[in-house]
Amino acid sequence: MKGYPRSDGRKGIRNIVSVVYLVECAHHVAREISTPYRDVAHLIGFPGCFPNEYAQNMMEKLGTHPNVGAVLLVSLGCESFNRYQLESVIKASGRPVKTIVIQQSGGTLSAVRAGQAWVAEQAAILANASMVPMDIGELTIGTVCGGSDGTSGITGNPAVGRAFDQLVAAGATCIFEETGELIGCENIMAARAKTPALAEELRASVQKAERYYATLGFGSFAAGNADGGLTTIEEKSMGAYAKSGLSQISGLIKPGDIPPKGGLYLMDVVPDGEVRFGFPNISDNAEIVEMMASGAHMTLFVTGRGSVVGSAISPVIKIAANPHMYARLSEDMDINAGKILEGSASLDEVGTEIFELVMALASGTQSKSEMLGHTEFILTYKTFEPIGPACLPA
Amino acid sequence: MPGTDPRLLLLSPLDNVFVLRGVVEAGEKILLSGTETRVESRIGLGHKLARVVIPKGSKVMKYGAPIGSASQDIPMGAHVHTHNLISDYTPTHTLELARDEFAEASAERAAP
Repeated sequence: MKGYPRSDGRKGIRNIVSVVYLVECAHHVAREISTPYRDVAHLIGFPGCFPNEYAQNMMEKLGTHPNVGAVLLVSLGCESFNRYQLESVIKASGRPVKTIVIQQSGGTLSAVRAGQAWVAEQAAILANASMVPMDIGELTIGTVCGGSDGTSGITGNPAVGRAFDQLVAAGATCIFEETGELIGCENIMAARAKTPALAEELRASVQKAERYYATLGFGSFAAGNADGGLTTIEEKSMGAYAKSGLSQISGLIKPGDIPPKGGLYLMDVVPDGEVRFGFPNISDNAEIVEMMASGAHMTLFVTGRGSVVGSAISPVIKIAANPHMYARLSEDMDINAGKILEGSASLDEVGTEIFELVMALASGTQSKSEMLGHTEFILTYKTFEPIGPACLPA
Repeated sequence: MPGTDPRLLLLSPLDNVFVLRGVVEAGEKILLSGTETRVESRIGLGHKLARVVIPKGSKVMKYGAPIGSASQDIPMGAHVHTHNLISDYTPTHTLELARDEFAEASAERAAP
């Protein structure tokens, strides 16, 4: 395994140019810039014109993500996003960075031409970048589930849990999340905390999620879940929780916090304070973006109904939870965990298959969604307080 | 799991339910830990079947964790679902329940 060395000591498994629009009004220009170079230039952005500390932090973390080698910022010119601060943080990381302000560039065509010229120049440099040996302990892996059904919790999710156990044992950093779907698991999860004080923080994060969702008037148990064989919210939660495996929980982080060392971490994705901007994560890619902001080199995505998404910046491994969906969508699925239902593979075997695919991707193999050119990205408004001192015990 | 029908998946040794990885038809006789047991009703993929007798009020265990309490005595081999298992947190709202509530409300409106 080899990686691209970065000034903060981390290493990337990809080396992309990130093309970033800083308001929806710059989206078209940024897309026109990146499209001809889509293999190496990934389009990301923030649509809002109002300032938001969370979005600023997320963009700073993504602009300095280990898989990112260079960054082009595309500004309309009058939005509130602090492009000066973002450019300065990226520059301080040693990465090439350039800002194009459309209002000062002569308009759409001129901005697109200038942007494409810069991306072409950077792509050529990145293609010849040198790599250094990289250890499994330097990898950060996230996991999410989406389009779940009754099979996710008995095949794909526990198989990811087995893969996480192997990764954590080998020194890697693993992150799981979805505190709203851990309701009912708080005590069993807290029992795995490294310290009693961390156990309290883990419990509190689930209680916060319970309150937040109650205010939204939205239960996390849909009527259709019962058709798939799920009976109670705690059963559904346990299915999602199975992704975390059995390792000790080393800490609680919030989006953008970089875990200080290897181990298993819970990401608290539910905003702090009063309910302000609506649902915590409006779709699966919002979760993947937060994993990346905390350094995830790739994301393990378990799906029962059959999501086809990938992600900008960090590859996504898609794990099909049942054999019927795998057969329907095999061109999008990397792993068939449905084999467990058919009895032709055990959880341990599929866990090892996932682990081996993680190693292959880290060594440059592309996932299905990567080959298909999926680079979904979404970032919306949120508010967070910093984590408390008990969240990351020494 | 020796002596157990291959369609039954045990997720944790602490569990008192199996998860079905295939359909079991009503009236089938299947092996549960060496005991031949008749299944009374059809049980679908992803649904749960009692591994042992689960007395009313005791915890139903899946993934090695409690997922609610038995609302009635559950015989070995029985389908474990909303009719005999309730959440210890928030009640489960099923489509059947919503349909029944809607029917009741409609009947009330129709009454003189």
